[in-house]
Amino acid sequence: MLRFENVGMRYGIGPEILRDINFALEPGSFHFLTGPSGAGKTTLLKLMYLALRPTRGLVHLLGRDISLTPRSELPELRRQIGVVFQEFRLIDHLSAVENVALPLRVANIKQSTIDDHVRELLSWVGLGDHLDAKPPTLSGGQQQRVAIARAIINRPRLLLADEPTGNVDDHIALRLMYLFEELNKTGTTIIIATHNEALLQKFSHPLLRLNDGQIDAVAARSDRLVAAS
Amino acid sequence: MIRFRADLPFEQDQATRFVPWIVALMVFLGALALAAATAVGGAIDGWDNNLTGRITVQVPADEASPKALSRLVDALTATPGIAQAETLSAEATRALVEPWLGTLDADLELPLPAVIDVETAVGAVFDVNLLAGRLANIAPGVIVDDHRVWLAQLIRAARTVELVAFAILALIGLTAIAAVIFATRSGLAVHAAIINLLHVMGARDAYIARQFQMQAMMLGIRGGIIGSLAAIVVLAVLTTMSAGIDVALLPSAPLSPAQWPLLIIVPVTAVIITMATARVTVLRALAEMP
Repeated sequence: MLRFENVGMRYGIGPEILRDINFALEPGSFHFLTGPSGAGKTTLLKLMYLALRPTRGLVHLLGRDISLTPRSELPELRRQIGVVFQEFRLIDHLSAVENVALPLRVANIKQSTIDDHVRELLSWVGLGDHLDAKPPTLSGGQQQRVAIARAIINRPRLLLADEPTGNVDDHIALRLMYLFEELNKTGTTIIIATHNEALLQKFSHPLLRLNDGQIDAVAARSDRLVAAS
Repeated sequence: MIRFRADLPFEQDQATRFVPWIVALMVFLGALALAAATAVGGAIDGWDNNLTGRITVQVPADEASPKALSRLVDALTATPGIAQAETLSAEATRALVEPWLGTLDADLELPLPAVIDVETAVGAVFDVNLLAGRLANIAPGVIVDDHRVWLAQLIRAARTVELVAFAILALIGLTAIAAVIFATRSGLAVHAAIINLLHVMGARDAYIARQFQMQAMMLGIRGGIIGSLAAIVVLAVLTTMSAGIDVALLPSAPLSPAQWPLLIIVPVTAVIITMATARVTVLRALAEMP
């Protein structure tokens, strides 16, 4: 599903933000990405959702070597990845329905299909009464659910979430985690970047621990730390 | 106004607000330049048709006996390259000087020269000086006026005016392209966050470019309508004003009724230029993204 080999990343001529990143994730796995602030979690996620190309090393995603994949074929790969951003990144002038429909629109899905799927999914995440609401009129939790609905509307094979519980209370955070687990059971590979210690304690998914630009350990379900190769 | 559904909030753009006015100015000046070029071109064609095939022979009044005139006409028609020669009537000759001397009484004893109107064959080439010498043997003092000499200079000058008009048209187009590039780049910067989001979702460059292109089309149409209306008003006024002027050689109106539909070329071209410029600008910028 996802494999990084000796990946390094720097912005311009600055220092390397990520160094010698090596790990491989199986399809259908569920991992937490942890590490202190500034460790490079967001940059690592950007490499995973193809917003950046590594300055060195190889990234294999969904069976493709990204460095050998022509730019024209990357949009198809990106459509198989769902991303939940920490700051949601909803488009304020579009309604909840229109925001969630975006990934389907860019994939040229028929409008009638879009309407049905989007309304059904928004109802499923408890926003059936807010279909036409614009993001600024929604609460933080509601915006979070719109962002998640948008990330999963096209049934991605890989779902990446950057601090998805950072702006919601504990109750909603738990509900979101259960939602992610449900998605994982349907075969979606999930990686959640988080600082939330309570979640890490409650959910025993393996950890990708990033420290100072390097994956320094992979913690299995038993919390036994395994040094990254 | 027709609207299209866009993911990008174009209505918030400050930089694109002046685009319709740039396009309107482009269309207005473009329409005037095209009208000028068309009018000059039409005049040139008229001169070509009406005058390049003509020579005028003036015979001094004291040499213009009917017999001499008849011999001159015979000599002219016998000259290779001359299709027809005809002495103008006294009334027609008086009409020629009427703009300068006013209406002349037929009984007035004014020594007007006789005029022989000569039509040359198409493509005829002959020595006018040689012809004038031969005619002078029949009637001393004969003047052969070859319109083609000064008309060639006039046509050359008019062609230059026509070229200048088209050059102005091209410059206006280039200026508009520069303005649209600036506005589109500004739009790309303003909407960078949403563009990045669409890119991450798997939007192709063409999907994003199409939105800018549609926005440019709407702005172009708005500007095109404004500019066209202004140009139509100005040209209509010029046409009305020129209707009462009857000056030989000058075109009677900026545009003939058949030429008015040509003006649609200007706004249509302006809209196409605006759309294409926006599209190319966006595609080039997006090509920098991973």
